[in-house]
Amino acid sequence: MHTKLTRLLISTALVTAATGVSAQDVTLTIESWRNDDLTLWQDVIIPAFEAQNPGIKVKFTPSAPAEYNAVLNSKLDAGSAGDLITCRPFDASLALFDDGKLADLTDLGGMANFSDVAKSAWQTDDGSATFCVPMASVIHGFIYNKDAFAEVGVEVPTTEDEFFAVLDAIEADGNYTPMAMGTNDQWEAATMGYNNIGPNYWKGEEGRLALIAGEQKLTDPQWVEPYATLARWGDYLGSGFEAQTYPDSQNIFTLGRAAIYPAGSWEITGFNAQADFEMGAFKPPVKAAGDTCYISDHTDIAMGLNAASPNAEAARTFLDWMGTSEFASIYANALPGFFSLSSHEIAMEDPLAQEFVSWRGECESTIRSTYQILSRGTPNLENETWGASAAAIKGTKTPEDLGAELQAGLASWYAPQQ
Amino acid sequence: MHRIRWHIVVFLAPAVLVYTAVMIFPLFNTLRLALYSEIENVRVFTGLANFRTLFGDPLWSEAFWNALGNNFWFFIIHMLVQNPIGILLAAILSHPRLRFAALYRSAIFVPTILSFVIVGFAWKLILSPIWGIAPNMLDAVGLGSWFQPWLGREGSALTTLALVSVWQFVGIPMMLIYAALLSIPEEILEAGEIDGITGAAAFWKLKLPLILPSIGIISVLTFVGNFNAFDLIYAAQGALAGPDFATDILGTFMYRTFFGFQLQLGDPHMGSAIATGMFAIILIGVCLYLFGIQTRMRRYEL
Repeated sequence: MHTKLTRLLISTALVTAATGVSAQDVTLTIESWRNDDLTLWQDVIIPAFEAQNPGIKVKFTPSAPAEYNAVLNSKLDAGSAGDLITCRPFDASLALFDDGKLADLTDLGGMANFSDVAKSAWQTDDGSATFCVPMASVIHGFIYNKDAFAEVGVEVPTTEDEFFAVLDAIEADGNYTPMAMGTNDQWEAATMGYNNIGPNYWKGEEGRLALIAGEQKLTDPQWVEPYATLARWGDYLGSGFEAQTYPDSQNIFTLGRAAIYPAGSWEITGFNAQADFEMGAFKPPVKAAGDTCYISDHTDIAMGLNAASPNAEAARTFLDWMGTSEFASIYANALPGFFSLSSHEIAMEDPLAQEFVSWRGECESTIRSTYQILSRGTPNLENETWGASAAAIKGTKTPEDLGAELQAGLASWYAPQQ
Repeated sequence: MHRIRWHIVVFLAPAVLVYTAVMIFPLFNTLRLALYSEIENVRVFTGLANFRTLFGDPLWSEAFWNALGNNFWFFIIHMLVQNPIGILLAAILSHPRLRFAALYRSAIFVPTILSFVIVGFAWKLILSPIWGIAPNMLDAVGLGSWFQPWLGREGSALTTLALVSVWQFVGIPMMLIYAALLSIPEEILEAGEIDGITGAAAFWKLKLPLILPSIGIISVLTFVGNFNAFDLIYAAQGALAGPDFATDILGTFMYRTFFGFQLQLGDPHMGSAIATGMFAIILIGVCLYLFGIQTRMRRYEL
């Protein structure tokens, strides 16, 4: 152990000496769960910033998504966290701010470039303080294999009946698994299942806010019916979907073995690189033709400042830069599918990303129902929804039972629902 | 007045200090943390309130009993499968006419030194209904219809993982029993042979009673190891121990509570309460063995 540590120290010293970091340079470290974006940060975003800000070096040090919150909290408690903290939306970050772990950024100049809705995920409940610079939102929908659709001879569905007719047709054709999704990791069932199709049932913001206000319950039909619809998905997911993981589903789709992929727009970059067929996207189907459509346009990612950072000034320079149209443009185009939350007009080139973002004009936007306030207590509604959605798809519990279970859990700690 | 024997103090100091710093202090600090709660960002002493929540609030107690039940099932599988197979393998290996014994011994022992992450990931791939070799291998022998997505079903996930763990650790009881079998003096076996006890009878009537103390130790090791288990479940199924908490054991339950998961924030105090519960269960189990079984076990002077 001792020799290992010594060796590590020596090698670190050597590397530092070799790269010639001068004493005046400030190095900012970014904590993030986006390990997929490592090359983008290293090759594009950081060089663009460093070119304009000599004397500030930036290091991007991501950890695994599922462990990020736990790892970050431990690091912050231990005082070893980086200067810049990638913020999860709502309570996870709010708790950090309340604990004094994140600095107040309300007076940051760059904040003027973001709308109130964009900032809402990283503000105190009364909106008086903002503690993270919004970066991007992700939109839910379905990505499909255009070749497969042409081969089977089906059109993009707009209503739920059409959706299941398409699935039946692909199933009957037999060359493709109709839909690529597994329930092993559970979160896909909730995120790409329940919160993807759900807003059409609970009418987006209307239902979400009513649930927070205690005017609707999770046992109401608009909250239970999505589970009934998910239960019908099980037949189309291919054999062994119970043990199919998230990467399995991604690979099945990009290898051209499945026709439809219930998606979040964050998949676009990866899919563009992996798939060698043409892809399209369609929004969650509505119940009857002509119904208003609702999409989940979820404020997903932001950047905050570690209150204990010794380099706060340099970090604020970086955060300010994140509010510029330059950053928004680099980020949105390098990561099609992460849609900028700033009020700058950003031109995007990726057709799939354009398709996703075009729904903002046609449908009402909402965010995931479980994220704001409702996952503040124990049991945690978001985590419970993972299990419930997976159980619905597998058919191990009835939609009504799931609704009752979730309601009981929420009511156990959330006063407006008692 | 006695002179203090400084050399004893000096020689003991490193081990005592290190052990205190990394084992004894954290253990007692965890027990202490379980008696506190965080109320409005201030840590306050709340006595046994965390335990009242853990055992009194159905949301917590159901999760706890589920994890404890799963843990017992995990342990039972090890006791019923791992240890008998370990003893059987040791008996075969100690057979004097077995060729390549050293090779088998190493091959069976190798998984023990593998990382949990590798074992969890490799078995997840092997059993994957999409890319795994298990479906094809079953197909090849005409049993393709037997294949199920075992890790994804509530009914089979825990047993599957327990068997994976058995595969990984069967080398340990095998090695311990093997050593015990080798230490049985030839004279005893020869004396038995003269009395007509040979072959399988020699194993049941002579060797087994002589290795019983070793089997006892292995059972305790299995018990402690299983109730502290965490890594394999976490590597294979994640912190939520899916599907629907079917593979949730005390270790994953404690981790999820202590460090938080996804939107669930960590609660070190409730986590410590669970860790204290685990400590108590293991302590009781080991004491039952030490005072209830080991003292009554007959030992033979060899």
